[in-house]
Amino acid sequence: MEPFVHLKGVAAPLPIDNVDTDAIIPSRETQSVSRSGYGEKLFANWRYLPGTREINADFVLNREPFAQAQLLVGGRNFGCGSSREAAVWALSQFGIRCVIAPSFGTIFRNNCIRNGLLPVTLPIEVIEPLLSDLQACVGQAIVEIDLQACTVTGPDGAVHRFEIGALDREMLLSGADEIAITLQKRGLIEAFRNMDRTQRPWVYQDSQIWAEDARETGT
Amino acid sequence: MAQAQPATLIEKLWRAHEVADLGDDTSLLHIDRLFLHERSGGRMLQGVAAAGRTAFDPAMIFGTLDHIIDTDPGRTDQTKFPGGPEFIQQFRSGTAAAGIRTFDLGDPNQGIVHVIAPELGIAQPGMTLVCGDSHTCTVGGIGALAWGIGITQGEHVISTQCLAVKRPKMMRVRFDGALGACVTAKDMILHLIRLHGARGGQGCAIEFCGSAVAALSCEARMTLCNMAVEFGAWTGIVAPDEKTIDFMRGRPFGPEAGHWANAETWWRTLHSDQGARFDIDIAIDASAIAPQVTWGTSSEQSIGIDEAVPSPDDVADPVARGSAEKALGYTGVTPGRPLTGLPIEAAFIGSCTNSRIEDLRGAAALLRGRHVAEGVKAICVPGSSTVKRMAEAEGLDRIFADAGFEWREAGCSLCFYAGGDSFGSARRVISSTNRNFENRQGVGVRSHLASPLTVAASAVAGEISDPRDLVTR
Repeated sequence: MEPFVHLKGVAAPLPIDNVDTDAIIPSRETQSVSRSGYGEKLFANWRYLPGTREINADFVLNREPFAQAQLLVGGRNFGCGSSREAAVWALSQFGIRCVIAPSFGTIFRNNCIRNGLLPVTLPIEVIEPLLSDLQACVGQAIVEIDLQACTVTGPDGAVHRFEIGALDREMLLSGADEIAITLQKRGLIEAFRNMDRTQRPWVYQDSQIWAEDARETGT
Repeated sequence: MAQAQPATLIEKLWRAHEVADLGDDTSLLHIDRLFLHERSGGRMLQGVAAAGRTAFDPAMIFGTLDHIIDTDPGRTDQTKFPGGPEFIQQFRSGTAAAGIRTFDLGDPNQGIVHVIAPELGIAQPGMTLVCGDSHTCTVGGIGALAWGIGITQGEHVISTQCLAVKRPKMMRVRFDGALGACVTAKDMILHLIRLHGARGGQGCAIEFCGSAVAALSCEARMTLCNMAVEFGAWTGIVAPDEKTIDFMRGRPFGPEAGHWANAETWWRTLHSDQGARFDIDIAIDASAIAPQVTWGTSSEQSIGIDEAVPSPDDVADPVARGSAEKALGYTGVTPGRPLTGLPIEAAFIGSCTNSRIEDLRGAAALLRGRHVAEGVKAICVPGSSTVKRMAEAEGLDRIFADAGFEWREAGCSLCFYAGGDSFGSARRVISSTNRNFENRQGVGVRSHLASPLTVAASAVAGEISDPRDLVTR
């Protein structure tokens, strides 16, 4: 995973609450098992005229300077809905590496962290003026993020501190593979399972038994 | 030893699964069951193999086909969804290579993952269960700690049978009082989300309780927990009780006979202690809930069927007001007017929210001897092959068919539009599903979420209708 340390770039305003992952990447746009090719599909329902690939000139990511956006500023509950990780792939592959919002859908946020995309949570009182500045293209809509200092510098030069969990921050800064880290704890996992098997043996039932049961009951 | 602090049900389950405290309010939790489906399961398995890893404990992983497969009778691997065969093939070869038990097309146990997990006893009270689908919280209805994950976290579970999870805030939602006629668990959860917003449960694990929840069947509790994610919650759960234990009896993948007594003993301890602390408490008078219908593009944009659509002019916050205006622009409903009488062109009964046998029985009771209005495309999709067989044994399929409903094979079907199956030219749909997002059920399709009863009544009338009118008539 590509580490995330620092980012300075154009931020696009999307002043809508509850932007769901169906909006970020519609289901009909994910018809291949591939993990690439999602950039052009990002926000397909809004970016293109309905049912076409004709550009909707009104949509923010089709206007300059926002077509070059590396950051997105959204409303409350950004990324709610489906667990589809392609929502994060679409943002990343378009070129967006940071989303700033008052709150996020939990699964989307978890997916972001594991794909090197930084979710920044700021209070709505900070987000609303930021959205206004971006819509007015103050300072060419440039926003800067420093994940080591946990700061966002707005287009007006104002610096806002944000909070992020230490483990999430570390994973982003290092680009670490979480699975490799957990596999180092294999001994702990095995010890837990050995203890748990004595407490809850039915959880560890052999699936061969089930296979026979299922045949007998005909279910 | 010091007296143990009173604990919530979720805290007890957390401790019972904690492999390691990772600091930062995060624990490495053991995952008792992972369920895969053909939309994302094949990609998870491919990712694990590509990293040179293998499944940690394939006996704890199960698979089914539900998201992509067709639901038309006589279905094959050649799906209406354009990329279907590729997904199905990848999933089949991945699960076969990893030795994962899979309920394929034609298997009598096939069905929507969240319907079959409890139906087969693969999900059990007190278990942790995850799946690459946001509605995995459905299984909280039988007292499992279950939540949805993405593909990378799925690869983590396959590789380690564990997941690092941030400790949620504890929320208790208490519904007390008796539900009125034609008011269901679906109306309870829509009402809750409407009152507290689509992010009202953000960061929380919710325990649903109270006399109205105790009175619900396990199936209805699954409907309640299903939409915890639409409330922004990490998950929802109902403590197991006698009904849950009865529900678990005889399930083919449940505890084998020699373990049943111990399992049952443990399940009976799974409840919040007297004096357990919740971060947030919400109390709702269940007797005051009317059948709910959504008017917008978020589950929070819902009203009682006898109320008027609210006006965005009454919303002070500019982003919230803009969002409401955008929703109204999409759904084309008029503020200040009720939704009843609004013509619909399609009606859908199905999905992990409302496709279990009780849902079908309820809708069939209203449809018996009636017919859907002319021009309404009406579809019923049972949640599992087992539900379908049960319904057919009871003659429900005839009632649906005689009423003009298509009777389908089990799967997720038109809960979402993926580029294949569609409602045809229909633009306004009343649906027993969980998401009314823009374009969710088709490009330009406006979805109104409601209970199966309200869907059935509306299908008959050809317009959004109060099911209570059908009962008293």
